[in-house]
Amino acid sequence: MANPNAAAQPLLKVSGVETFYGNIRALAGVDIEVYNGEIVSLIGANGAGKSTLMMTICGSPQARNGSVVFDGTDITKMPTHLIARRRIAQSPEGRRIFPRMTVLENLQMGAGLDKLKYFNEDVEKMFTLFPRLKERQAQRGGTLSGGEQQMLSIARALMARPKLLLLDEPSLGLAPLIVKQIFEAIKVLNEKEGLTVFLVEQNAFAALKLSHRAYVMVNGKVTMSGSGKELLANPEVRAAYLEGGRH
Amino acid sequence: MTEQNFPATPGLMAKALKEGIFAGVLALGMFLLYVGIKTDQNINNELIWYPRWGLLAIFVLVAGIGRFLIVGFVAPHINQRRLAKAKAGIPEVSEDKGFFRKHFLKIALVALVLYPPVVMSIYGTQGSLKFVDNFGIQILIYVMLAWGLNVVVGLAGLLDLGYVAFYAVGAYSYALLSDLFGLSFWVLLPIAGILAAFWGIILGFPVLRLRGDYLAIVTLAFGEIIRLVLINWTDVTHGTAGISGVAKASIFGIWSFDVGASNNFAKSFGLPMSSAYYKIFLFYVILALCMLTAYVTLRLRRMPIGRAWEALREDEIACRSLGINTVMTKLTAFAIGAMFGGFAGSFFAARQGFVSPESFVFLESAVILAIVVLGGMGSLTGIAIAAIAMVGGTELLREMEFLKLIFGPDFTPELYRMLLFGLAMIAVMLFKPRGFVGSREPTAFLKERKAVSGSFTKEGHG
Ligand SMILES: Nc1ncnc2c1ncn2[C@@H]1O[C@H](COP(=O)(O)OP(=O)(O)O)[C@@H](O)[C@H]1O
Ligand SMILES: [Mg+2]
Repeated sequence: MANPNAAAQPLLKVSGVETFYGNIRALAGVDIEVYNGEIVSLIGANGAGKSTLMMTICGSPQARNGSVVFDGTDITKMPTHLIARRRIAQSPEGRRIFPRMTVLENLQMGAGLDKLKYFNEDVEKMFTLFPRLKERQAQRGGTLSGGEQQMLSIARALMARPKLLLLDEPSLGLAPLIVKQIFEAIKVLNEKEGLTVFLVEQNAFAALKLSHRAYVMVNGKVTMSGSGKELLANPEVRAAYLEGGRH
Repeated sequence: MTEQNFPATPGLMAKALKEGIFAGVLALGMFLLYVGIKTDQNINNELIWYPRWGLLAIFVLVAGIGRFLIVGFVAPHINQRRLAKAKAGIPEVSEDKGFFRKHFLKIALVALVLYPPVVMSIYGTQGSLKFVDNFGIQILIYVMLAWGLNVVVGLAGLLDLGYVAFYAVGAYSYALLSDLFGLSFWVLLPIAGILAAFWGIILGFPVLRLRGDYLAIVTLAFGEIIRLVLINWTDVTHGTAGISGVAKASIFGIWSFDVGASNNFAKSFGLPMSSAYYKIFLFYVILALCMLTAYVTLRLRRMPIGRAWEALREDEIACRSLGINTVMTKLTAFAIGAMFGGFAGSFFAARQGFVSPESFVFLESAVILAIVVLGGMGSLTGIAIAAIAMVGGTELLREMEFLKLIFGPDFTPELYRMLLFGLAMIAVMLFKPRGFVGSREPTAFLKERKAVSGSFTKEGHG
């Protein structure tokens, strides 16, 4: 288990970030740190600003105030594609796979950063991780089921060999069994390959169980943080996000 | 597929009859004034009108009987076939394609190369002119233009309504530069392409942030601006009068097609003088240009930039988050699309010997775009078929002199070009909403190509 080491530099450091949509402030000074090898999750109600934070890290929209530092470089005002080239890969809200392209082509798009150098090797890895994708490799993205699309979205992000993987609600709208498969895959990647993951979830129970650390976001502010276990046991968190939710 | 007609439904004929009559009445209402009455002016500039009931009756009957046949016979037949297919439960597994389909492109190319000599041997040198020029060159120009626009619209998904502007840039580049500097077609062809590409980038910059409708409007305006500049910058372009006497292309400077030249092609080979040779030469030039366009497009599709175009068409945000520079991607799409337009333009000028703003009106952009859409956005084969059907169809109309016997001597079939164009579009969109070739060929495969591909990849099954 990777624990935040006070001496080590965080891989991702978000400090005092404020993001606006027009005049509306969606993020009101957010501080978050993600260390190498961690799974960190961000939970919060609908509209809290979780996706906005994820997109701000990727530079679209850009933060108006505060800073986002990745791997020692300030990426706050960098264009999105250059941020991606620093190996922050994302499975965004709504998955955003390419619907008219086949599964294989979608994966190819993910491997563009290395000009497909590791393509064959990495595709095999993805097919081991998500055997469903192997069966469906020649099928169009748009005709996949929701769960398969989510797997494809994650696999496409992984094809870029990221240092940091951002996942926005991978469990949204999926059957519990599929959610379990996907979370299992994330866990394997983290344990076997040391992949660093920043996970946004409404499915707080599953997310907290999986994560080393977690943050709780309310109305564009981080209100609580701690280890996954701590937050799972926290009565306030239980009342707001777990009771009556999925177990 | 709301209604499921089973064969021999007793109410079917009644329904067909009803709908047929309804369509007839509708046609009567629609065409009563437009077709049934012809207005004219006499010598005293007075408005006179006379009825054309016969013509009107034909329109009404065509509509009524057509609808009757469709509802009564065609639709049940189609539904039955669909039903049978669904019952069989086979999702059209792509069994090994036949020899013809597998080698379709090679066969088509060979046929095109043989086309001029074959036509010439059948109709004679002079008689082949019409076939080589109207049914050959004319169609191939549109194939090339549509393939060029396809890069922008079909692959990159950027709706461009002003494509004809680049065609115009190419044509005027050739006409003006050959006149000013006496440069040959083969020197100016690449220059025209580069200039058009440059204008493509000029257009690209301001529209980088626009999508869909907004992009369409700005590109439309761009096309009009170029045309208006051509009309009004009379010192250079001679305005609406246009530029005539544009130099002909030569066979790489070795043989010329100028009648007076000492190295005239026909003279050199002791052939009788005829303009047919020039047309045949031009046919091969435009064929080569088309092949170049197809080759470049197919190659690019397999390269990172081509994949980026297609990804951009699907989802711009996802593209950026995968590290694709969408600005460069869009600009290259505009530039390369425009370059092909420029090539076609300079060819057009060399063929026509005359350029004027008349040739570069919005309607041309619309026709080219229609061909791309009808062909199935992105499919080169589909677009070529659409170009043949649309442009060839238009040319065929000119040939239909016999229609005058039916509709009267002042019936000019060309005038119904756009009507037919529209009807064809509606028909295609009804029966093949994704265009002639709506399914996209994937570009990524692992090891061997499995027969599974294609079968499951048709959208709209689920
Ligand atoms: N593109 C946008 N334009 C304007 N407001 C937005 C946009 N996206 C999100 N918002 C607003 O920002 C707030 C946070 O949204 P979001 O980050 O999507 O929340 P979450 O992902 O936590 O559900 C919400 O109030 C939402 O309405
Ligand atoms: Mg969200």
